[in-house]
Amino acid sequence: MIYAAYGFMILGLLFFLGTVLGVHRFPDCYTRMHGAAKGDTLSSILFIVGIILAALHHDHGHYDVASFVRTAKLLFIIVFLFIASPAASHALVAAGFARGISHWQKREGDSPSPVEESQE
Amino acid sequence: MHKEALVIYGCVLIAFMLPLLYRAVVGPTTIDRMIGVNIIGTKTTILLLVVGLIFERLDMFIDLALTYALLNFIASLAAARLLERMGISDDGSSGEKKVSEE
Repeated sequence: MIYAAYGFMILGLLFFLGTVLGVHRFPDCYTRMHGAAKGDTLSSILFIVGIILAALHHDHGHYDVASFVRTAKLLFIIVFLFIASPAASHALVAAGFARGISHWQKREGDSPSPVEESQE
Repeated sequence: MHKEALVIYGCVLIAFMLPLLYRAVVGPTTIDRMIGVNIIGTKTTILLLVVGLIFERLDMFIDLALTYALLNFIASLAAARLLERMGISDDGSSGEKKVSEE
């Protein structure tokens, strides 16, 4: 079970790497939020599943009320993140749209950066 | 329980937070900074759980992680609402380019 836990954690780190690359490489804030919201939620959920399995392995087969409450709290964190993280992402992007931040448009010979585009 | 593996996972999480911190510092717009701060907050929740596994006090650190997740969500919503209202009240004085009406 401990190796399944480590596998889930490594998978979570992999998706978190995708999130970091998306936030770092995408050209404007809307595409950055596209990369951020999905990868962030999925990597958090995979990592918490790994933590649940590692903690259950640490009990050595003697499960009691404390391990049940701990697992229930971790599952509640998963459910809360699954609802709250897309809601926060949507609120941030809606705020950016209301502020009138311009989105990225591809032109010929343009470098993919909204800052250089806005200085024309 | 291999604690070295958990320490390595925690260090990799912190290392992956550094580009997000870069985005939070030099992000071109305010929303980019909020994206970086939001993801760093979510990963701090995970990092608290990893620290709880390392110290074998997971039952205490779960409550801290739960509180941090709630605070991070409420902070993101409050900042989004504040930025939305500021964007309507001032026109372009915040240093961001408005969408050109054509």
